[in-house]
Amino acid sequence: MSVHEQFAEDLALYALGGLQGDERVALEKHLAECSACRRELEQLRGDMALMALSAAGPTPPQRARQRLMDAVAREPRAGTVRTRRAWWAPLPWLATAALALVAGWFWRQSDQLAQRVAELENESSGQQVQLQRARDVVETLTATDAMRVTLVAAKTPPQPQGKAIYVRNRSSLIFLASNLPALPPQKAYELWLIPASGAPIPAGVFKPDAQGSATVINPPLPAGVEAKTFAITVEPEQGSLMPTMPIVMVGAGG
Amino acid sequence: MSSIESKGVSADLSLVLAIRSGDTNAMTLLYDRYSSIVYAVALRVLGDTGAAEDVLQEVFLQLWRNPGAFDSSRGNLGAWLAVIARNRAIDGLRKRRPETDIADVAVSVEPDMAGDAERARAMEKVRGALGTMPAAQRTALEMAYFEGLTHIEIAAKTGEPLGTIKTRIRTGLLALRKTFVA
Repeated sequence: MSVHEQFAEDLALYALGGLQGDERVALEKHLAECSACRRELEQLRGDMALMALSAAGPTPPQRARQRLMDAVAREPRAGTVRTRRAWWAPLPWLATAALALVAGWFWRQSDQLAQRVAELENESSGQQVQLQRARDVVETLTATDAMRVTLVAAKTPPQPQGKAIYVRNRSSLIFLASNLPALPPQKAYELWLIPASGAPIPAGVFKPDAQGSATVINPPLPAGVEAKTFAITVEPEQGSLMPTMPIVMVGAGG
Repeated sequence: MSSIESKGVSADLSLVLAIRSGDTNAMTLLYDRYSSIVYAVALRVLGDTGAAEDVLQEVFLQLWRNPGAFDSSRGNLGAWLAVIARNRAIDGLRKRRPETDIADVAVSVEPDMAGDAERARAMEKVRGALGTMPAAQRTALEMAYFEGLTHIEIAAKTGEPLGTIKTRIRTGLLALRKTFVA
C-alpha cells in the first residue's frame, strides 16, 4: 500500500473525526482522487473498531432489546411479506435470474462501460453520484418486489449457467450459477480464477441447492490478480488446490 | 452451502438482505449478535447508561431504516456498527449534529466479530496491545477515541507538541492493526 506519507497522520485524525478546517478540506480533496488513501482510511476505521473492543464488557439491559423491537414493529417495511419459508431460500435463484436478465445488456455495453469506468476514475466530483447509481443497481438486483425473468430461445431445455463478476482492484468476486447438475456424493463444485499467467487460483467451493442454484460471494483471493478465465471443476467436498480435469464450465472475460 | 458462506461476514450479509426485505427476526439476530459491543462503546464514551441505550437504539434503528447503508463488500457488520456507535456517541458527548452519513463509512478490518469466541479472542488481543503501549501513546489514543478530543485539544491538555500527539494517535491505531497481522 502506498499511502501518501504527507497525509498519513491526517488520515488517522480524520477517521477519528478530529481534523478540521483547511486540513480537512485538503484531505477530503485528496481522498476523492486517491484510492490508496481511501483504502487506508477504511483500515483506520477498522482499527477504530478494534479499539471499540477494548470497551467490551457491559451488556445492555433487556428492556433495550424490547424497546428496539417495539420501535421496529412501529416501522414496518412497505411490501413486507411474512412467509414460513426460510427467507434465504429464493436468494440464489432470484439473484441468478436477475443477473441473467441484465447479463446480455452488460455484454453489449461492456465496451462503453469500460470507457465510462475509465472516465469515472478521473472524475472525483461525480463519484457520489456514481456510488448512488451503483447502490441503485444493487437495490434493484436484490429488491423483493422485483419481477425476475430469464429469457431463452423457445423450446430450449434449461442449460447450466454461471456468471462471475470480478473487480480486480478490490479482489471482489461474485459468482451466481443456475441449473447446475446434481453432484455425486462427497463431491462439490469448485470455482477457479485462471490468471493471465500462473496457476489457477481456487475461488470457492460450493454445492448447488435442489434447483441447481449456487452463489459464491467474495472468496478469499490474492490482491489484484488479473483474471483471464473462470472455470468450474468437480472436486472432493473440501476442495482442491489444483483443478481436477475435466473443466465442466468455463468462461473468459471479454 | 459453501464453506465461504458459513463465515460470519457472509452470514451477516444474509441477515442484512433479510432486514432489507423487512424481516424482523433477522433484526433480532443481529441485535443479539452486536448489541453488547455497540452498547459498551457508547457507554464508555458517554458514561451514562441511559444515553448509551439511546445510541444503541439509534444505531440499530438506522440499520433497520437503511440497511443499504452497510456496504458488505467493505468490511464486516460488527466493525461497522462499532465505528458508527463510537461516532454517534462522540457526537452526543460533544453535543453536535451527526457529521457523517453512515453510508459513507467503509470499514476494513481483519478479525470477524460475528461470533462470541472470535470477539473474545480479538478483545484479548486488543487489550494486550493497549497494555503494552507506552502510557503517553495509549492516553493520546484514548483521549481521541473515547473523549472525541482533537489533536489540538489533546496537545493543549497534555502540554505536548502537536506533531507528537498526531504521531502517537496514528502509531497507536497501527499498533492495534499489527496485532492481527499474522
